[in-house]
Amino acid sequence: MVDVAIIGGGPAGIAAALTLKARGVRHVAILERESVLGGVPRHCGHPPFGLREFKRLLTGPSYARRLAAAAEAAGVKILLRHSVTALKPGGRLEVATPEGLVTLNARRVLLATGAREAPRSARLVGGDRPLGVLNTGALQAYVHLHGLVPFTSPVVVGTELVGLSALATCRSHGIHPVAVVEAGSRAVARWPLGLFPRLLRIPTYYNAGIDEIIGHGRVEAVRLRDGREIACDGVLLTGRFLPEASLARLSHLAVDGRSGGPEVDQYGRCSDDAYFAAGNLLRPIETAGWSFREGGAIADYVADDLAGGLPAAGDEITLVAGEGVKFVVPQRLSRVAPLRGKLQLRVERPISGQLRVSSEEAVLYKRRISTRPERRILVELGEMKPPGEAKRLLVEIVS
Amino acid sequence: MYDVVVVGGGVVGCAVARRFVLEGAKVALLEKGADILSGASKGNSAILHTGFDAPTGSLELACMQAGYAEYMDIRARLRLPVLETGAVVAAWNEEELAKLPGIVQTAHANGVTDVRQIAPDEVLAREPRLSPHVLGGVLVPHEHVIDPWSAPLAYALQALVNGGEVRRNTVVLSGHFANGMWRLETNTGTVECTTVINCAGLYGDILDQRLTGEENFAIKPRKGQFVVFDKAAARHLRTILLPVPTERTKGIVITPTAFGNLLVGPTAEEQDSRDHAAVDEETLRMLVDKAVELVPSLEGMGVTAVYAGVRPATERKEYRVRHETARNYIVLGGIRSTGLTAALGLARHAWKLYARMHERLTNPIWPQAPRLAEHCPRDWQTPGYGEIVCHCEMVTQREIEVTLTGPLPAQDYNGLKRRTRAGMGRCQGFYCNARVAEMTAGRFANPLAVGGTHG
Repeated sequence: MVDVAIIGGGPAGIAAALTLKARGVRHVAILERESVLGGVPRHCGHPPFGLREFKRLLTGPSYARRLAAAAEAAGVKILLRHSVTALKPGGRLEVATPEGLVTLNARRVLLATGAREAPRSARLVGGDRPLGVLNTGALQAYVHLHGLVPFTSPVVVGTELVGLSALATCRSHGIHPVAVVEAGSRAVARWPLGLFPRLLRIPTYYNAGIDEIIGHGRVEAVRLRDGREIACDGVLLTGRFLPEASLARLSHLAVDGRSGGPEVDQYGRCSDDAYFAAGNLLRPIETAGWSFREGGAIADYVADDLAGGLPAAGDEITLVAGEGVKFVVPQRLSRVAPLRGKLQLRVERPISGQLRVSSEEAVLYKRRISTRPERRILVELGEMKPPGEAKRLLVEIVS
Repeated sequence: MYDVVVVGGGVVGCAVARRFVLEGAKVALLEKGADILSGASKGNSAILHTGFDAPTGSLELACMQAGYAEYMDIRARLRLPVLETGAVVAAWNEEELAKLPGIVQTAHANGVTDVRQIAPDEVLAREPRLSPHVLGGVLVPHEHVIDPWSAPLAYALQALVNGGEVRRNTVVLSGHFANGMWRLETNTGTVECTTVINCAGLYGDILDQRLTGEENFAIKPRKGQFVVFDKAAARHLRTILLPVPTERTKGIVITPTAFGNLLVGPTAEEQDSRDHAAVDEETLRMLVDKAVELVPSLEGMGVTAVYAGVRPATERKEYRVRHETARNYIVLGGIRSTGLTAALGLARHAWKLYARMHERLTNPIWPQAPRLAEHCPRDWQTPGYGEIVCHCEMVTQREIEVTLTGPLPAQDYNGLKRRTRAGMGRCQGFYCNARVAEMTAGRFANPLAVGGTHG
């Protein structure tokens, strides 16, 4: 029996462990399926990481090493090569380890399993299925963890921040992207980062997509929707993150089809109140620094809960993602006054209008907004007072 | 000098090689691809058919039923799974509903006597997430699901460990029969044997022509695209959902897989290419929409994988099986989607046609197939596996090492995937692809990594 079992040893999970230890929680364990702690930053061989956490400008791998060292120093029980295979009601975990299967009981479980990019299949990209079609995460594992390269002249799809990170990874490892393809009319990443491909003199095609991947054995070319054919030896699919929520999906926990992560309240509490969730599992996608802070904040609630200081689950207001809103996290609000914390939103398409939170006829919050997909949108919960009888709040953007 | 050369390492060729080795013949299996199962057998719907809807009295039906029976008989010894799903042929309009009694009649004529028509409420009681628009169905209790790759792999392995030979990357270029003996010229040298069995699948007609100089049949490649939904989808449907067939094709099926996913497909697209199995977005979306139409709760379900297979249809519907006694030559051609079920039966049929006697193996070795089915014990449940390499499919380091170093090792990434499921899960290699590249370095002619970061 442990007090808190944290599933996933990335920034959110480690931050949560550190907070829990600092709050005096005795038995805190991180269950990490890999052989080392650190999560996705381990593969990101470039800055900026760690500015808030360590007051230093670090690369991903050194940030990950510092996180791991901090967890160890704090007395967190670190269980590597521990793959959780099932979440059971009340905090019982089934775990596979190289030494055999074990069951672990925890008073509370924090899910911090992160996110990953959508693979080729989930994007329904047509054509042949040769070698050389990868996500950024896989490319970075090739070069940073194994010293290998999967291609030398790929076409890069997507211009989210991670796409630019992918370009940086390519450039520093002798990989020469031959084109960048973006579905939208301009770069997703904010100016001036969106200029990056142009600075690297890589031809960039907007309003474009891959119609067909061509190649026997290996990628030989791609054909774009406009018929243009580009010779290449790989396709790097960047961005379009999805929460790594499969454990939650296969469990008794409620999962939000819009965010892709488990449904939580403002404390990060899942539909089974023994379970909490934090980090990019909640929503695609935020920075490592954001996930770190979020892990710490939700761990504070977990510590409160262990001490009996959290409002009981049950009396809740449901948040509904309306017009223009792709998802809202949290999905539920425990009915307390005053409300604390923030709503996190994303939009489905570039949109301008009034962001509005309403209960029946009453508008509780509004502001003008002009935004694009993947941009962070926050709403302070402290700024709204839902009526006592409110069952649901509608979050929408009225053009 | 072999008694028998089997040309083609698809499911039929693997089963035939196994049968002849067990019967005591000296056998070589030649496969032109880098690995077995690299043609038509790599993409199918993995159903073990009862033959309820096959043409009554046909060789296809006989082979399917013999194949089904033998699979059930040997599967425990080869450690092969069966997922007991049953199937429902569902009617969605009056015209389809009117065809159901005929389907039951055919099934009974085919000896599948437990098949019966069921009312819409019984369909929905069995599959509550099915669209309530269903008008009725035919229940086929013993239509089941198997692992479409481990089964033929186990057949080939049993041929191999009992004295057969498997030569991959070997293409038969020509053949001459004289004085009771075949001389086959291949890209890897001359092979001599008394009997040739053509199991060349999509290239069956080309091989036939190379060996006989005649045009006896023509392969008309028929592509089928598939979409595999995430494992979370498996709880939405437990039964194989079949459409009422049309004249031309069995139509689009939604079926659980042995690996715990849900599969929808195939399409039936005529094409010229025998090995070009491309997918296209429009068709994949159509398949997803079709699945959601029939099982509405699949709305928004994630897609794990998409693939296409090409099946060796011919200008006629029936199997193209021919035995030329004058030149010791057997053709098992035009074996389409029922081949996975019928393979063991076809192998017995070929043995009967062959009609020679060898000294039967009295105590053959029974190799163990990989343990990949979700409802059976997996390798990760046994300690000492090292590490989990593919987290989505829970593939262990130990499994991958065995696959690379054991008998009939994987020689390309697809072969590795079929033997272990590494990279076949929801992330499609996001986490494990680089590690697999490292583990397979120097082993594949077409490697995952094209070089190192330092030169």
